[in-house]
Amino acid sequence: MRKVSFPHMGESYRAFQMVLTDLGNEVVVPPRPSRRTLNLGVQHSPEFACFPLKIVMGTYLEVLDMGAELLVTSGGVGPCRAGLYAELHKKTLRDLGYPVDIIVFEPPRLHPFNFISNVKRLNQARLSIKAIVECVKRGWRKVQALDNVEKMSHLIRPEEIQKGATTKVYKKVLPWIDGAYTIDEIVAAEAAALEEMKKIPRDPERLILDLGIIGEIYVLLEPASNLEIEEVLGNLGVRVERSMFLTGWTRDNTWKETTEGMTVKDAAQPYLPELIGGHGRDSIGNTIIYAKRGFDGVIQLAPFTCIPEIVARTILTRVSHDYNIPVLTFFLDEQTGKAGMVTRLEAFVDLMRMKKIQAANEKPA
Amino acid sequence: MRIGIPGALFYYVYYPMWKVFFEQLDVEVVTSGKTTKALIDKGVREALADACVPVKLFFGHAMALKDKVDQLFIPRIVCLNSKTVYCPKFLALPDMIRHGLTDMPPLIDVRIDTRDKRFAVFKAFMAVGKTLKKSTPAVLEAYAKARITQMKFYQLLRHGFQPAEAIDMVFSRIAAKPVLTGEQMTFALVGYPYIINDQYISVDVVNRLRRFGINVLTPDNLSPLAIATRRYASGKRLFWTFSDKVLRSTRYFTEHKNIDGIIHLSAFGCGPDSIVDKFIRMDDNPRNVPFMSLIIDEHSGEAGIGTRLEAFVDMVKRKKRGE
Repeated sequence: MRKVSFPHMGESYRAFQMVLTDLGNEVVVPPRPSRRTLNLGVQHSPEFACFPLKIVMGTYLEVLDMGAELLVTSGGVGPCRAGLYAELHKKTLRDLGYPVDIIVFEPPRLHPFNFISNVKRLNQARLSIKAIVECVKRGWRKVQALDNVEKMSHLIRPEEIQKGATTKVYKKVLPWIDGAYTIDEIVAAEAAALEEMKKIPRDPERLILDLGIIGEIYVLLEPASNLEIEEVLGNLGVRVERSMFLTGWTRDNTWKETTEGMTVKDAAQPYLPELIGGHGRDSIGNTIIYAKRGFDGVIQLAPFTCIPEIVARTILTRVSHDYNIPVLTFFLDEQTGKAGMVTRLEAFVDLMRMKKIQAANEKPA
Repeated sequence: MRIGIPGALFYYVYYPMWKVFFEQLDVEVVTSGKTTKALIDKGVREALADACVPVKLFFGHAMALKDKVDQLFIPRIVCLNSKTVYCPKFLALPDMIRHGLTDMPPLIDVRIDTRDKRFAVFKAFMAVGKTLKKSTPAVLEAYAKARITQMKFYQLLRHGFQPAEAIDMVFSRIAAKPVLTGEQMTFALVGYPYIINDQYISVDVVNRLRRFGINVLTPDNLSPLAIATRRYASGKRLFWTFSDKVLRSTRYFTEHKNIDGIIHLSAFGCGPDSIVDKFIRMDDNPRNVPFMSLIIDEHSGEAGIGTRLEAFVDMVKRKKRGE
């Protein structure tokens, strides 16, 4: 059987693995990106390429050594660079002597035939169309379940009494969802997981700060690339809301835009009326929405040299001023150290907390 | 009424057309002139540290015009050939200037996208004319004259002049004389016009090479047809107009037998170039033309670049003698 693999992006690999196995492929599960992944990736990537390219390159090299022969990834139609990365990966890997093939999924709205032929190539088990649809539905539900559990962990972590309890429970419940196969099982596992997380002892008295996280999708979704920023913030007593999850983004980019996507676009309109690729416009729109919802601050995560996020950052200065919301930006790359990042986060959280207390005192009770 | 056109980025591609258009409409055109140390320092201070050098330069040029003009002309050029777009930073250029800098004069930021409607360029100029409150016949005439000047500019480019020189010739009517003749070597200098032609930031690579007795050709000197008919090995078309042009013209230069060496001039922090440079190296090079990639930034020293150029030229010369 042909061995298939794909890039590692948070916990989503559990769903991808299930779908690809059902279609009759042998899956090589990509390992969580590590220092070794980064070193491999950096060594074989152009210097100014953005961080996700380097991590994915490293992941590919690792899975190829584990025996993968076919890689599945997503494409894009620009103007963000990421749409060309599959091409760059393929050339580099072939140059290094790996006889690799890459299946690139372009947005099906624009390239329907590419989508059909890709599915056909992956369908080694020769399932009927109905069976494929059913299979993808299950995978989709699983990603949703994983997203929901992760969201719950962001809500509970800042209030936990015993430090680290949420992470421990979160790690415990993930295999439950992983083990579920039919839709009914996935729904049941999700409910059980959420229930288990709600049982974590909490302290409702604490002063909790609300913080939005915006930025580029890969560094948002892959905790190994953003140095588990959500966990760090949770431990500092910050309730994190991430602007992007795999399910929401996929819906916006495959079938039609959700109402959520539309609101973000409208919000960004006065500052950036043009689609600039990547997630530049979303970053601006979401910051405005967070400000309107009364959040205490926003953190922007972007890979080093990311073009759309650089544009967004330039404009966010004005947004931050107009809406009186603090914005902290991290440009992440292979040199980013966790200690330095934590120090900056602590300082930022302290400032937000002081601002909140001050505002509460000024308001006549 | 004075309109400012920053002397960076699109300046080297469309300035002749813009200048004539506005002057025909009795509007004074002011440019920020050549890049200086003070100007780039300003840009570096105000622009985001992670932005690429050309964008920092553009910030510097825009700021230099701040108090001298009533309006700044920064069009939002999205797509001109119905196929490729410009780099995301170009698409958001008016927004970055408007929101990234304070106390700027109002901008004329007409959007040009030929994928949306037919004759988008023409309509954009009409819209600009309307915002300036000019009559339609006057705008039409100005547009026609602007087009003619732009054609003259293109013709000079075809004769081997670089955009910066061609702009001088179009407006100061210096008699055109051939750039270089004789039995010299010819190098192709590939890269974006706003990097190659900015004498300060590129450390004047073009004239440095000419002083070595080398003929310099850039993608701007090729006819659009010659570029459009080249195919590169990459399966997917590059998204960006300038990058697509660079890759195709490199392909042309590698196939052309008069070219002795190719230099890729790129700016630090340029997003598309991280891919373009890699693609150039991976593309077929059947004649084995020597290739060098030079990356410049706001700290580029003349000595450093000079030494590398000298070494490259020497190596190419030696190779040629050996053949």
